[in-house]
Amino acid sequence: MNLFLDALNFLFDPANLTGTNSILSRLVDHLAYTGLSMAIALVIGLPLGLLVGHTGRGRNAVVAVSSAARALPTLGLIFLIILYTGLGVGPLIIVLVILAVPPLLAGAYSGLEAVNRQTIDAARAIGMTEWQILLKVEIPLAMPLIFGGIRSATLQVIATATIAGYVGLTGLGRFLIEGLALRDYKLALAGAILVIALALCVDAILALTGRLVVPHGVARGLARSTDKSDAPTPRLHGRVSSAPSNP
Amino acid sequence: MIEFHSVTKQFPDGTLAVDDFSLVLPSRKTTVFVGSSGCGKTTLLRMINRMIDPSSGSIEIDGIDIASGSAVALRRSIGYVMQNSGLLPHRRVIDNVATVPLLKGVNKADAHAQALELLDTVGLDRALAHRYPSQLSGGQQQRVGVARGLAVNPNILLMDEPFGAVDPIVRDDLQQELLRLQRDLDKTVVFVTHDIDEAFLLGDQVVILEKGAQIAQVGTPKEILANPASDFVATFIGADRGKRRLAVDSTIARSGDDVVLVDGAGYVAGVIDAPGGVLPGAGVGGTTNSRARSVSNKTDQAGDA
Ligand SMILES: Nc1ncnc2c1ncn2[C@@H]1O[C@H](COP(=O)(O)OP(=O)(O)O)[C@@H](O)[C@H]1O
Ligand SMILES: [Mg+2]
Repeated sequence: MNLFLDALNFLFDPANLTGTNSILSRLVDHLAYTGLSMAIALVIGLPLGLLVGHTGRGRNAVVAVSSAARALPTLGLIFLIILYTGLGVGPLIIVLVILAVPPLLAGAYSGLEAVNRQTIDAARAIGMTEWQILLKVEIPLAMPLIFGGIRSATLQVIATATIAGYVGLTGLGRFLIEGLALRDYKLALAGAILVIALALCVDAILALTGRLVVPHGVARGLARSTDKSDAPTPRLHGRVSSAPSNP
Repeated sequence: MIEFHSVTKQFPDGTLAVDDFSLVLPSRKTTVFVGSSGCGKTTLLRMINRMIDPSSGSIEIDGIDIASGSAVALRRSIGYVMQNSGLLPHRRVIDNVATVPLLKGVNKADAHAQALELLDTVGLDRALAHRYPSQLSGGQQQRVGVARGLAVNPNILLMDEPFGAVDPIVRDDLQQELLRLQRDLDKTVVFVTHDIDEAFLLGDQVVILEKGAQIAQVGTPKEILANPASDFVATFIGADRGKRRLAVDSTIARSGDDVVLVDGAGYVAGVIDAPGGVLPGAGVGGTTNSRARSVSNKTDQAGDA
């Protein structure tokens, strides 16, 4: 308990907040690694996942590659890459991208696969082009799963970016490494608390964003189909419970 | 006018869904394709808006081969209504109806105003305009589907078992509504159903199909009822079971001016006006205001014929 209080003391000591090697500067670094990796992973993972989901082709290859990628030991991989490239921010970003792409891919293609075939068929039959079907029908309807993929990828990247501390970079993981090396456990604990708090905050922000990007009509269960019995649904008025219950 | 010229469709798995089909579908009339499940009705219908391409043969609309232009433009010019409405679940009713006009570049205010008018046309309360499809009953969803089909003011309306999934009372309503719409709008309607009574009720031209979209008989409901072309047709329309042939039931005591009619199997089919005990057409004069009241929609046409 004392250790915990010490950690909190460290966290709330204004002296530790700003300056070099301070909480703030390491937080900014941590967010920078996360943001950069996620940006690259989104550019790779989303279009590929959408392509696979829209065409239904290449699914097996994508599943095989992503499960292989998920099985790679992150720490081993980063040291392996460093052997070839030397130290720097590059190896870290590569590893984080490899980590983030599979959940993004899976969210995108499984999201599109879950869209009712009849809805897509009807969209085509009334004269939507393939692009319009993708942008106006498939992506909005797949949004809960696509966004779920983005959320879980982001959290994994935030958690894993702590390894930056092992390879000569900074970020919040640095407090953990230094704390363990110096047997200063309050410092290590403070680092762990920071990473957890960051993950929770980002997750909350993403959850709120999710409510904005998931269309109102696409609450869970409503997205599947408009094919139902003659009985009107009991949830008749207003927005329904269309708050997207994020997975 | 829609013309099928020796149209054949064989799917990649070898299924011969449509085998050398030729027919003219007159403008501003309702043509109904009727036949049992799997006989190729949907395939025929979806070849008209190029959702399916024929393996051979050609289809012309007003003399122009539909394969000559773009499929997307063709589809936007033809209304399409399917069994399960096919509405976009993430868009409100009004946006669903306005979908195609918006794609075509009509401005939003105009498209919405027109969508509201279309809700009136199909007998839906404007208050439903801001609901999502999942907040409507099946019958209401079908009406929205019809409104969306009409939104581009198409000359041609394709309907694939649009009332197949709603309960019989709602179906009755929707059928009557379609008849009324058709009187007002005068579209070329191509309607697919497996229900012969629906076909006879709605069709100006009824096409009875056998497997492979082979035409068993084409004609008006009256022609088909009066002269089934084959045993297959007779069986299909129920004539062989005497379902279509009504007779006065003499075993039931008459009350007032109504006489009970029974079908060939002896089931009560309805009543007919018989003022003073004289059947319409049997006596002198008196035919003009006599009306048969049938027990169910099933015998409407039989009564008319
Ligand atoms: N995409 C397809 N691939 C293979 N066979 C199909 C396909 N679509 C329809 N069929 C087959 O073609 C025949 C006619 O189908 P369809 O036109 O849907 O019949 P209907 O609408 O009269 O029930 C059926 O035997 C059906 O199984
Ligand atoms: Mg069909």
